[in-house]
Amino acid sequence: MTERRADTDLLFKALADPSRRKLLDVLHAHDGQTLNELCEHLDMTRQGVTQHLDVLQAANLVATVWRGREKLHFLNPVPLQEIYDRWIAKFEKPRLKALTDLKRRLEKANG
Amino acid sequence: MAKSTHVYVSYIRTSPEKLWQALTDPEFTKQYWFGMRSESTWKPGASWQLVAGDGKIWDAGEVVEAKPPRRLVIRWQHQNKPELKAEGPTLCTMELEPNGSAVKLTITHTIERESSKVIEAVSGGWPKVISNLKSLLETGSIALQEPYPATAAR
Repeated sequence: MTERRADTDLLFKALADPSRRKLLDVLHAHDGQTLNELCEHLDMTRQGVTQHLDVLQAANLVATVWRGREKLHFLNPVPLQEIYDRWIAKFEKPRLKALTDLKRRLEKANG
Repeated sequence: MAKSTHVYVSYIRTSPEKLWQALTDPEFTKQYWFGMRSESTWKPGASWQLVAGDGKIWDAGEVVEAKPPRRLVIRWQHQNKPELKAEGPTLCTMELEPNGSAVKLTITHTIERESSKVIEAVSGGWPKVISNLKSLLETGSIALQEPYPATAAR
């Protein structure tokens, strides 16, 4: 359990920085970029981009794949889905159930 | 490079053998893959299909490579929507690597064309499927019952 909490902490910490969120947006627009390509789109030093990528990788938000001598960076949306499942879907459920119930009742009244 | 690729990674606290079974046993896949059965004999060259609860085949293709419990490659073609089927086959690679007390699952889905609709369609699906799979293997229950809960309520 402590291990899982640590994962969640890394994830939210990674998302808590505007430069890192920008990096995720840049990858979302064009996935599978090299460090050089990423640096072109960002007003950051190469070292800064590298450090932010390390934090994103530790949180599993960025996955890397070697293609020949090039290291490509990919946005990994799986942890974001886990945040959705854990922190959003749960709170949406009562509202969605109310809507489903309403739909069922109205359709029954019509039939 | 005229190619669309998406990569999905999850660290799942289980063994490679259990994860392999979870990916290749249709009775297991339907529990977390929104009712879909992933069916094949899992031998290289064997046919493969992803079948919904109502018997409709959503995706089909063949097993390109199968090295249990480490690596599975499927040639994957969508069947249900004509515009997606027309794009032709994609390649889905699943890699399982032990990582401490967990297994690193990497799913790479590639098609030889830029801005593919198929890849767009699966990229909405994979995170939900993998998140459910992780939840099922680690806690014994799934997180999402419906792939699109907001639509289901409408």
